[in-house]
Amino acid sequence: MIFAAALVPAAALVYGAFTSGLTANPIDYITDVTGTTALTFLVLSLAVTPLRRLTGKNELIKLRRMLGLFAFFYACLHFVTWSVLDWFFDFASMASDIVERPFITLGMTTLLLLLPLAVTSTAGMIRRLGKRWQLLHRLVYVAAVTAILHFWWLVKADIREPRLWALALSVLFGFRLWWTFRARLLTRS
Amino acid sequence: MLIRKPADIPYSEVTPKALYLRRREFIQTAAAGAIGAAVALSPRESRAQGRAKLPNVRKSSLSATEAPNSYDDATGYNNFYEFGTDKGDPKANAQRFVPRPWSIRVDGLVKTPATIDLDTFLKPFPLEERIYRLRCVEAWSMVIPWVGVPLADVIKKLEPQPSAKFVEFTTLLDASRMPGQRVPVLQWPYVEGLRMDEAMHPLSILAVGLYGETLPNQNGAPVRLVVPWKYGFKGIKSIVRIRFTDQQPRNSWQVSQPREYGFYANVNPEVDHPRWSQATERRLGEFRRRKTEMFNGYAQQVASLYSGLDLRKNY
Repeated sequence: MIFAAALVPAAALVYGAFTSGLTANPIDYITDVTGTTALTFLVLSLAVTPLRRLTGKNELIKLRRMLGLFAFFYACLHFVTWSVLDWFFDFASMASDIVERPFITLGMTTLLLLLPLAVTSTAGMIRRLGKRWQLLHRLVYVAAVTAILHFWWLVKADIREPRLWALALSVLFGFRLWWTFRARLLTRS
Repeated sequence: MLIRKPADIPYSEVTPKALYLRRREFIQTAAAGAIGAAVALSPRESRAQGRAKLPNVRKSSLSATEAPNSYDDATGYNNFYEFGTDKGDPKANAQRFVPRPWSIRVDGLVKTPATIDLDTFLKPFPLEERIYRLRCVEAWSMVIPWVGVPLADVIKKLEPQPSAKFVEFTTLLDASRMPGQRVPVLQWPYVEGLRMDEAMHPLSILAVGLYGETLPNQNGAPVRLVVPWKYGFKGIKSIVRIRFTDQQPRNSWQVSQPREYGFYANVNPEVDHPRWSQATERRLGEFRRRKTEMFNGYAQQVASLYSGLDLRKNY
């Protein structure tokens, strides 16, 4: 069911494309929606562990991989929108954008950080990598930060939305920090 | 799907020149018919939306020859933060705004400071249609058939003092009617300004309509500035004050982020916004980006205003 719900934003875009419901500037709108949806799933995947500890519902962990993969899926759509619809394979312009525009540099960074996480998300990979898997997947914390900065640096004046995402991420990080800190105190005493 | 490919058009489909040259007649007849029908069918509705045809609008040789964007593009995709920061917000939130009665305060270095009712203010000036390219600082553009009056005519009538070097415009400040002003995304009220010679340039107009009709609220009713060689944010909307001054005005976007937005804001493909390129733009309705032109394609008319000025420093 959650799988179906996660496809709603993509389906809405396809529906909008056929009913001219994507505003007067469809490419901009698609970029916006895919980016926001990717960020939503990224932050949701980071909410699983705190939620699990707070509610005691351990079965929530089963959702984490799917949420993370949907974040990657929408990040890929976001990238394809940019490279195909926006720039139409104009590689020179895209390259100079990645180098010269800090917010695009961060967007690319985020995608490249998510790529190895998606690749190593299979059960086989988890087994094979063992302890290193967990270490590798801590990259998601970096990706969440770069994703929000990517958003923050592209808005013109109204920073309310990226600020809200930064706040949400801070709360999720806050839980983790507090739990780690407490665990250390307990082991020491 | 959503992308209309700019396919090559077979010659058989090209409109014959004679017909093409008469397209205005055709559009006018069609528009008149449509408006006539709309008024006949539902006078209340059309009045509630404020859509009324403006009488006696002259054509102008200063109009661009490109095809205008659709009415829906121009009135549904707006930056007017007084009604919200999303492109669709102004249309959604400005419907109940009533731009009458409306008066304009004229003050500063002027012969007779006064507060003048808008209809009296505009009465002496014949309306002209000006089809202009609009280039937003966000790198998209449209072509819009404005209806308005040359700003130069208005200024001459107001008789500024010789010491006046700039003209400053102010938008209405009223958060109860402009809900976006409850959020401090910009300094309210919105302020814009022009150098006197820019304001007196024949391309600069005060617009009161588009597509031959009164200006919709989301486009800056009842009166706004249009300066086609500058980025769209210079086109201040819902003007309530015109002040003549010898000091360069501090426009709202410049106050908000002085490194990113300056006083001049001339369209310039060679001077990038610090965070994005200004070399290309997307004309709404087109798929591929197109190259942005110097002064938005009005270089021939306006470049001389800036001879000797470093446009990189004076962005």
